[in-house]
Amino acid sequence: MVAGPVLLNVRGLSKQFPGVKALDDVSLRVRAGEVMALVGENGAGKSTIVKILTGIYKPDAGTIEIAGTPMQFSRPTDAWAAGISAIHQETSVFEDLTVGENIFMGHQPTRGRGPLVDWKGIHRRSAEILDRMDVAISTRSLVRELSVAERHILGVAKALAHDAQIVIMDEPSASLSRKEIDHLMVIVRQLRDEGKGIIFISHKFVEIFEIADRYAVLRDGQLVGEGNVADVTQDELVKLMVGRSVEEVFPKVDVPIGDVVLEVSHFTHDTEFEDISFTLRKGEILGFYGLVGSGRSEVMQSIFGVTRSRSGTLSMHGRPIKISSPSEAMKHGLALVPEDRQQQGAILPLSIRQNMTLALIDQLSPRGFLSRRRELGVTRDMGARLSIKAAHWDQQVDELSGGNQQKVVIGKWLATRPEVMILDEPTKGIDIGSKAAVHEFMGELVAQGLAVILVSSELEEVRGMADRIIVMHEGRICGEFSRDEATAEAIVTVASGAQAGP
Amino acid sequence: MSTNASEGRAAVRDRAAESPWSLLRRWEAILLVFLGIVFVINSNATPYFLNIYNLADSTFNFSEKAIIALPMALVIIARDIDISVASIIALSSMLMGLAAEAGLGVPGLVVVGLATGATAGAFNGFLIAGLGLPAIVVTIGTFTLFRGIAFVALGDGAVTQYPAGLAYFGQGYIGGLIPFEFVLFLVLAVIFGVVLHMTVIGRRIYAIGNNPVAARFTGIRVDRYRFVLFCLTGLMSGLAAVLLTSRIGSTRPNIALGWELEIITMVVLGGVSILGGIGTILGVVIAVLLVGMVTFGFGLLNVPGIIMTVFIGSLLIVTISIPVVIQAVRVRAAARASSRR
Amino acid sequence: MNPAALLATVTGRREPALALLIVLLLVLIGLRAPFFITLDSFEGVLTDTSILMMLAVAEMLVILTRGIDLSLAANVALTGMAMALLSQAYPDLPVIAYVVGAMLFGAGLGAFNGFFVAVVGLPPIVVTLGTLSMFRGLVFVLSGGAWVNKHEMSVTYQTFPMNRFLGLPHLLWIAIIVIPLMWVFMRHTKAGRSLYAIGGNPQAARYVGVPVAARLFMAYALAGLIAGLSGYLWTARFAIAYTEIAIGLELVVIAACVIGGVSIAGGVGTIPGAVLGALFLGIIANALPVMGWSPFWKQAISGAIILVAVVVNSRSERRKGKIIVRRAEEHPR
Repeated sequence: MVAGPVLLNVRGLSKQFPGVKALDDVSLRVRAGEVMALVGENGAGKSTIVKILTGIYKPDAGTIEIAGTPMQFSRPTDAWAAGISAIHQETSVFEDLTVGENIFMGHQPTRGRGPLVDWKGIHRRSAEILDRMDVAISTRSLVRELSVAERHILGVAKALAHDAQIVIMDEPSASLSRKEIDHLMVIVRQLRDEGKGIIFISHKFVEIFEIADRYAVLRDGQLVGEGNVADVTQDELVKLMVGRSVEEVFPKVDVPIGDVVLEVSHFTHDTEFEDISFTLRKGEILGFYGLVGSGRSEVMQSIFGVTRSRSGTLSMHGRPIKISSPSEAMKHGLALVPEDRQQQGAILPLSIRQNMTLALIDQLSPRGFLSRRRELGVTRDMGARLSIKAAHWDQQVDELSGGNQQKVVIGKWLATRPEVMILDEPTKGIDIGSKAAVHEFMGELVAQGLAVILVSSELEEVRGMADRIIVMHEGRICGEFSRDEATAEAIVTVASGAQAGP
Repeated sequence: MSTNASEGRAAVRDRAAESPWSLLRRWEAILLVFLGIVFVINSNATPYFLNIYNLADSTFNFSEKAIIALPMALVIIARDIDISVASIIALSSMLMGLAAEAGLGVPGLVVVGLATGATAGAFNGFLIAGLGLPAIVVTIGTFTLFRGIAFVALGDGAVTQYPAGLAYFGQGYIGGLIPFEFVLFLVLAVIFGVVLHMTVIGRRIYAIGNNPVAARFTGIRVDRYRFVLFCLTGLMSGLAAVLLTSRIGSTRPNIALGWELEIITMVVLGGVSILGGIGTILGVVIAVLLVGMVTFGFGLLNVPGIIMTVFIGSLLIVTISIPVVIQAVRVRAAARASSRR
Repeated sequence: MNPAALLATVTGRREPALALLIVLLLVLIGLRAPFFITLDSFEGVLTDTSILMMLAVAEMLVILTRGIDLSLAANVALTGMAMALLSQAYPDLPVIAYVVGAMLFGAGLGAFNGFFVAVVGLPPIVVTLGTLSMFRGLVFVLSGGAWVNKHEMSVTYQTFPMNRFLGLPHLLWIAIIVIPLMWVFMRHTKAGRSLYAIGGNPQAARYVGVPVAARLFMAYALAGLIAGLSGYLWTARFAIAYTEIAIGLELVVIAACVIGGVSIAGGVGTIPGAVLGALFLGIIANALPVMGWSPFWKQAISGAIILVAVVVNSRSERRKGKIIVRRAEEHPR
């Protein structure tokens, strides 16, 4: 494949957020007929670049040229008009409208020169585009009825309908099965062969080596390497991404594994998961790996009593228990640091102190009256233990960095002195420093005799931290690996639903 | 990590370093200034305003609404709303009327009024917190239903035969000067203030209002809280029905018509965010007094009450615009400053 | 109301289900009072409900964008009073002057809401709560508290709504024109569709280039325009204008939308749905006296219907949610 002329030329892009330099003098080039993989850890600046290229953020410095013409995007429409189309991670769709209308929303063709929308044209052209990608989705079905994979394809269809020259795919495969990914790859190649420039963001090296022509690596907002994919190995890429070797990243502490603390048997939910059984021992870190949307978080939330409608039994220390609400789960010594930090974990407009003490406010308040002194005691304690960086303890949590927000949530649960700590994607979207601190902290927890469940879609994190790994796919457990047998290939194969595990 | 920890301990202060001036920027301070202005204007405009007896009597105009504004503030802070409060008054007052005609005594009538209110509130709470329906639509429904039942029962008639002993609640004075209603409101305001700002219950209400999902994940029984808040609003509406029925001595189905929007206006004016999570009882109390004093002043000047509504409506929009506009200006200034760098 | 839920699932759509329910209601009323289901009677019901139907359409525009307009009824009263005073001052004006004047005046009031919601960014419920009081109070200010009575309005002003064209009153004709026009607007224009996008997913609407602030502003202004037109029609039809006209109607209008399947959460609702919701309430109001029931039942019945409609709506909306466990037979392709 010979790449054509430079389509997108980005020079010296910088973007500052309060307290963080999200991008620092980054330059990138994408040629026509080329797939460029943009790699980097969470928080390295990838999504900031995407948001600048799509006109959602304005850069503080730097220039963007498209096919040699300098561009300034002050609105998303400007980027769209310039031929850049992004398929977002959180697919931005209109659930109650049809597939056809979704593809053309904001740019509907009209009948003749009149004001009326050309519905026939919309559905005909949508059908053509979907046909071209060889997918059987009716253009008249509501998006509400589509699966996650179909929604991604809808995103690609939007880009095609608009005849975008530069297509940004932000983790398109995060929640897809192997078969669906294969299909997506076919579509990506098709786009490339049509002479489009593609920016491909992914965490999965297999895909990067399969599809990308070139790569660019971001770390802490800076471009730390770029080149041809053919000239690089996976280890070299990882080293560029994290800035050190993999072994150093995960400070796994060896702790003697004790008795069974928690036993989950035959957990089943109508639509979210089926027949989930596992045990968790004292001092153990149990990894739960699976694609986003494989039902891991749903299982954890039902164990914690957030989701009520399910069957199956639960026991702790061999005694059966019933949990039908989070407060009951707390009484039994469970804690859940949820996946979505901003929506489920922290109460952003409240202060660090108010967040940190919320779960055990009853114990801190004699006869129900709040005690600032006692609250501060707990907050200072946890804050120091987790080395939270803040101006003062009455500071609102939404003013903190992502990593410190996560520490506040972890501190809130740690203060309840749980026996079992469930951490659902605890390092998603936080900086490397905080990430390392969270990992180190998990080691401390098990050393103190807690049992930890670590849910993660980062394979390296699970492999680096867990004593045992359970793999989920489409709501079922489809494999379990001990630390020694957990090779990346084996886990990925099982997680993508290709075959049953050992 | 240990060095980090000690640094952390040294670096993080217990509270923000605030100058005493920052108190003045609080919403309550702005409202107090408004209240002061109203006092000055009113006392210059008419000599009757600063008469202690007149001032005390002026509280009759707003005490019942103010009593409902207290639980309404909690409901709105918890991210809900209750449109049905005035209709609950109609329903409670109607049942009190029927009970009075059946010969029930004063204590019985009070119980009927309160119980009806609490039951109506529980009905709202069941539909909203129990079945998970949107509060605004449910209470628009019960707003129509409750007053509708009063219309069915009374038609265009009225109940005017109440036992003489009932009159004290709405017409009586404490110490011969301050209306019983107003004293009751002040006592309730203190109780609501203490509960909201000094207890675990209040902390949880703020948590729910700021992020109901995270509150649930933290073990707060969100739906139970919401249910109880609607019951409480119903109960206070029942109390207001007892006071109002006692004060005017009669019940018609159109009693307290349109009060719901006046009460919500008072609450929002008091600095409670309609989006939930923010607000104080002190703010609501000052807003209630502000609206009450403006009404009273206009009344003394023979300005019709309806003109008041123009004033209150404008005041509402202007006051909530102020912080938004200030914020926008600040952001723009900050953007300009950073681009200059 | 189970029939409605059943029909909704059978037909998969709400509007036909509601239409069938209305037919069922008519049949039930007809069994007791056969003259209710005659053409003459239908005409009367439709004419009586015209204004409510148009206002429901106006309210729908706003609710669709996740907003609410509590000031529509106050707009009716204020615009109605302004036009009545205009007719009193200039009795020789042609009808078209009142109609256009009312639409412009009403649109201006709506634009006032739109400015604070779309430009300043205040919550719609607070803004329209404020303008509800302001508009209502301004009616009094404008008229000095006086009523404008039948003999003070010009003859052209007050006879227009009930004069007939091709056998139907003008009032009904206006509804017959306005409603389909609004249907075309909402169903077949980019501006109309963008309101669905804004209500469905405001963030995504912005990404695909919908000018969100401008469209929000438009929704409130357009709602005001329809309310203004209704204001003229109301005062002319009943040949009277005073401060308390249409008081409390704002919540009835919202109720009509809810019954018609317009989701208060935004993004879902159709013009036929809102119109049928209004018609449902209108039929009940008109049928009560015919059935020999006291008109005082009207409000209680409406309230009960609203609550039932909310429950039914939530049942049909609850089907959403991700589905992770896929049964073998459910695998697509």
